[in-house]
Amino acid sequence: MSSWLLTPFTFAFMQRGLLAAVMVGILCAVIGCYVVLRSMAFLGDALAHAILPGVAIAYLLNGNLMLGALVAAVLVAIGIGAFSRHGTIKEDTAIGILFTAALALGIALISSIRTYAVDLSHILFGNVLGVSSADLWLTAILGILILVVTLICYKPFLVISFDPLLANTLRLPVQFLRTLLLVLLAFTIVVSMQSVGVGLVAAMLVTPPATAYLLTRRLPAMMLTSASIGAFSSLVGLIASYYLNIASGSAIVLTATLIFLLVYLFSPRKGLFRNWARK
Amino acid sequence: MTQNIARIEFSHLSVSYNSHLVLDDLTLQIAHGERVAVVGPNGAGKSTLFKVLVREIAPTRGRIRIHGRPLGSHKDCVAYVPQREEVDWHFPVTVEDVVMMGRFGKQRWLHKADAHDREIVQQSLQQIEIGDLAKRSISELSGGQQQRVFMARALAQEPHLLLLDEPFNGIDAPTQEAILGLLNNLRAKDVTILVSTHDLNLASDCFDQVLLINKRLIAFGTPRQVFTRAHIQQAFADRVMIVDGHAVVDDCCPPPDDPPRRKS
Repeated sequence: MSSWLLTPFTFAFMQRGLLAAVMVGILCAVIGCYVVLRSMAFLGDALAHAILPGVAIAYLLNGNLMLGALVAAVLVAIGIGAFSRHGTIKEDTAIGILFTAALALGIALISSIRTYAVDLSHILFGNVLGVSSADLWLTAILGILILVVTLICYKPFLVISFDPLLANTLRLPVQFLRTLLLVLLAFTIVVSMQSVGVGLVAAMLVTPPATAYLLTRRLPAMMLTSASIGAFSSLVGLIASYYLNIASGSAIVLTATLIFLLVYLFSPRKGLFRNWARK
Repeated sequence: MTQNIARIEFSHLSVSYNSHLVLDDLTLQIAHGERVAVVGPNGAGKSTLFKVLVREIAPTRGRIRIHGRPLGSHKDCVAYVPQREEVDWHFPVTVEDVVMMGRFGKQRWLHKADAHDREIVQQSLQQIEIGDLAKRSISELSGGQQQRVFMARALAQEPHLLLLDEPFNGIDAPTQEAILGLLNNLRAKDVTILVSTHDLNLASDCFDQVLLINKRLIAFGTPRQVFTRAHIQQAFADRVMIVDGHAVVDDCCPPPDDPPRRKS
């Protein structure tokens, strides 16, 4: 049994893939708690697609793809904040406009590249088995940076998410904190690009935290549970993708979804079965 | 601090949303330690007035000074208890967590809550008689308990100015009594209190001063000075009916979009 589980990881590319997938699983799961609690799921998805033109331009200039993605994501995150701040259009409309425009621009740029079919599918759906050790280091450094900032800002992030008016009376820099959270989200998405791809990263941002929400009653516990579910989904998904010969990003997301469904039905606190039993 | 500047001053305060005037040229002074009921018809700008005081909405014209200094120059001096409908009751925090948030303003960045903070949280919970709910998730509370949690948080903030937005809407009688009792106790601590309410009887019976507004200032003074037939008619216009010389106002109920919640 254990050898059956370990066999895939005798290959170096599988080891690197596993490390990358688990790190991304944890990172998305932690930042995702704020995405779920602040109802930013649509924004997360939009940011993920908005990095496409950045990647395409970096590719055309022979630059670093991750760097290109990062620049695009941060620009769009700040753009959405600026657009909706004035209240002339609603935030989800602002997101809808910027996100589709960026996606269209990205596809237009990529379609001008001759071999675009392969590259586009890697960006959209990830290629965790193609992770190089340089990528792995970048992922680790960015990941640790994101987690450290999240930890340092735990109290202010909690207050702006739960009660922005309290944040005002405490004189917290609310607008700065909101933008910081968006930038952290943008970084997370870029780091996740390689393992699950921009098409599926929203799932890793939403599904493990939503599952953890059903199981816990306090934010720190929700974050820890979510991180465990994210890491576990990545591990199981990667093994499944090896044996079933399916795309690893999809396998990871489907594993996370399966865990969510089980918890949704059987959670001891908020599960459907529990509710039926109570009636 | 000298006594003569210890007050809240509104001078020519106006607020408009999308060129729609919500508060019109409000000028008044509230002395320190005063307990004021803010009354007026729906849409009179009661909530807007509070949101200006917590700096959620910027005034279009005019200014506010607290203790003689501009709004926002005192750290953590205003505590705000929002309407219950405005809070996300499914957020994963316990009662104790919410009350502890009231202490964040007194703590330094990155510093954890110390014994003093924890003691104040416990005291605040006990003062409003919910010490036994400390570990409860906020999603499991009744309406009255929800209101008490935010009262406890406001106490933990140790504010100079306490704002309560419709705290008596759809809550049980014991909670209303507990809150009123607490407001009485706060008088000893010189806390200035502004409470918005639909209940004109309550405003008249339980508060030193009444602020009657309908976008602009109608009257400000003792209940006896404010609740005259002329003022009420001016504020509530067509929603008032005169029966045997008494003004009857058809506006004592919460608007239909926020019915009182009752949880089993």
